[in-house]
Amino acid sequence: MGRRSRGRTRLTPPRLTPRDVLHAGSAGLRSRPTRVFLSALGIAIGIATMIAVVGISSSSQAKLLRELDRLGTNMLVATPGQSMFSGQDTKLPPEAPGMISRIDGVESVGTTGDVAQSVRRSENIPAGETGGIALKAVKDDLLGTLRAGVRSGTWLNAANGRYPSVVLGHVSAQRLGITQPGQQVFIGGRYFTVVGILEPVPLAPEVERSALIGWEAATGLLGFDGHPTAVYERSADDRVAEVRGLIARSANPRTPGAVSVTDPSAALQAKAATEGAFSTLLLGLGGIALLVGGVGVANTMIISVLERRHEIGLRRSLGATKGQIRIQFVTESLLLSGLGGLAGIALGGAATGIYARAADLPWVVPPWAVTGGFAATLAIGTLAGLYPAVRAARLSPTLALQAA
Amino acid sequence: MTDHAVRHGPPVVELAGVTKEYPGGVTALRGVDLTVLSGELLAIVGPSGSGKSTLLHVVGTLDRPTSGRVAIAGHDVAALSDRALSALRSRHVGFVFQSFHLVPGLSARANVAEGLLYSGLPRAERGRRAERALARVGLGDRMDHRPHELSGGQKQRVAIARAVAGEPDLLLADEPTGALDTASGRSVMELLHELNEDGATIAVITHDQEIAAALPRRVRIRDGEVVADARNPEAGAAGTEAG
Repeated sequence: MGRRSRGRTRLTPPRLTPRDVLHAGSAGLRSRPTRVFLSALGIAIGIATMIAVVGISSSSQAKLLRELDRLGTNMLVATPGQSMFSGQDTKLPPEAPGMISRIDGVESVGTTGDVAQSVRRSENIPAGETGGIALKAVKDDLLGTLRAGVRSGTWLNAANGRYPSVVLGHVSAQRLGITQPGQQVFIGGRYFTVVGILEPVPLAPEVERSALIGWEAATGLLGFDGHPTAVYERSADDRVAEVRGLIARSANPRTPGAVSVTDPSAALQAKAATEGAFSTLLLGLGGIALLVGGVGVANTMIISVLERRHEIGLRRSLGATKGQIRIQFVTESLLLSGLGGLAGIALGGAATGIYARAADLPWVVPPWAVTGGFAATLAIGTLAGLYPAVRAARLSPTLALQAA
Repeated sequence: MTDHAVRHGPPVVELAGVTKEYPGGVTALRGVDLTVLSGELLAIVGPSGSGKSTLLHVVGTLDRPTSGRVAIAGHDVAALSDRALSALRSRHVGFVFQSFHLVPGLSARANVAEGLLYSGLPRAERGRRAERALARVGLGDRMDHRPHELSGGQKQRVAIARAVAGEPDLLLADEPTGALDTASGRSVMELLHELNEDGATIAVITHDQEIAAALPRRVRIRDGEVVADARNPEAGAAGTEAG
């Protein structure tokens, strides 16, 4: 009956369904969980290292970019350049801030002017010990233009700006040992009262290291000549290039070449780019760990093939083709390294999260790193499994059974 | 002899002048002629080193002869690729091994179903056939037991179920009672008899004279040659070696 009629049909081995391939490939893993754990661990460590390296640098970069976003890239600074002929420092004319504020597109302007006086904690400290703190007279909307904030106390205003009041950048406050407003510092032969301390000012580090006093106070009490040293302006985003071309001529119409115009956000952008460039050394270490993990998987697979000669022989006697044996062991290797890869991605993501939380960074793990890492584990799994799988398929079905 | 031709169907195994030499000059088979008809139950008997294991491999298409013709279920083995031989085994040959070769972590049902993995049958059908085969060998109530929960005789029954689940044309049993105590061995042989009565063609490879004597046909192998081929239609009833 049916049995004989099959005898003359063509002998083509049926294809295994993907589910059957997966089933056969995972059979060896299910029976040896400890070994699976240990050999997947190598891969996991490699992938975790790489994900963490990429994740931490991306997180740092994300923080800088976020900061940059807050500060904006639409601020420019006009400072006196060097005279083309004498090589001496030039000065900006006193009317420069007003001229710049009238440029079409400029939204706000802030001005500082250096005052040649040292800032000291008390009169007992010699005048030469400035501590690297510059004294600057300020007018216009400096705080708003820099998007800076007051950490404690108040900013200079029309009332206190006329009197000996001073606002300190956070660096100068630290250097002077001033912790809160109300304390006094010694400037130009008299005591000034500290009315406020600023937050960090990433766009103008020079302000962080300054003591700021009102323009009128500087002129009236300290003999300030009224020449601005830096004019900060902020314009609409789409007008930045235009404004940039007009600033020098507006600030100093007679010698526009003696004005230098810079974009402080450029430095921050450059910093963000460097933060994003993760350490190649660490990434290389992760790569080596991954490679060692791959060798571990290959080793496990070879041992697995040696131990399972009976099983291979049995499967061959049941009708498995060489190709089906090969795919079984490659699948097993892929599962092994894939498991390691998934664990590594989870570990690396968690490590990035812990670091980000500790360093107050946003948690960023780039998707390309995750997909790339997983693809790498699959490639390694295939490579590591190929040789053992070929060996398994080459085993003579009889030899495999005899080794009882 | 004539009534054999009536009772048995077409040849399942045809060996003509089969020799097998291994590298190093060892000759395991020297011109073996053997025909097994459908529905036969025979013993291939001989001491260790006689070449009966090699004969098992050649008949099971696990190994190719050095010369001579081997046809299994009508297929000339020499003309078949390794892939085609695999397909031949999955459709036409079932193996039962001395040491069972069950997968340790799998239930009896899963072990039997695993034997059908390469048959091309859908998963659900493999499960149904596995249950039917286990019921057939008397283990209907042990389907979910794992090998370590079964006795030796039960393990061999699972292995037999695995071998017959695909309804092969030929069942090859290599020392099926070798790892069993006498009682279990006897019940396994009874099972083989029953399967034969249901129509299965079974070749039992053994060195055990007693087991061989209980089978209707005995092919005696010594030094790679068939030295005796005796039939006893009263299957096992005589219990002698009369030829």
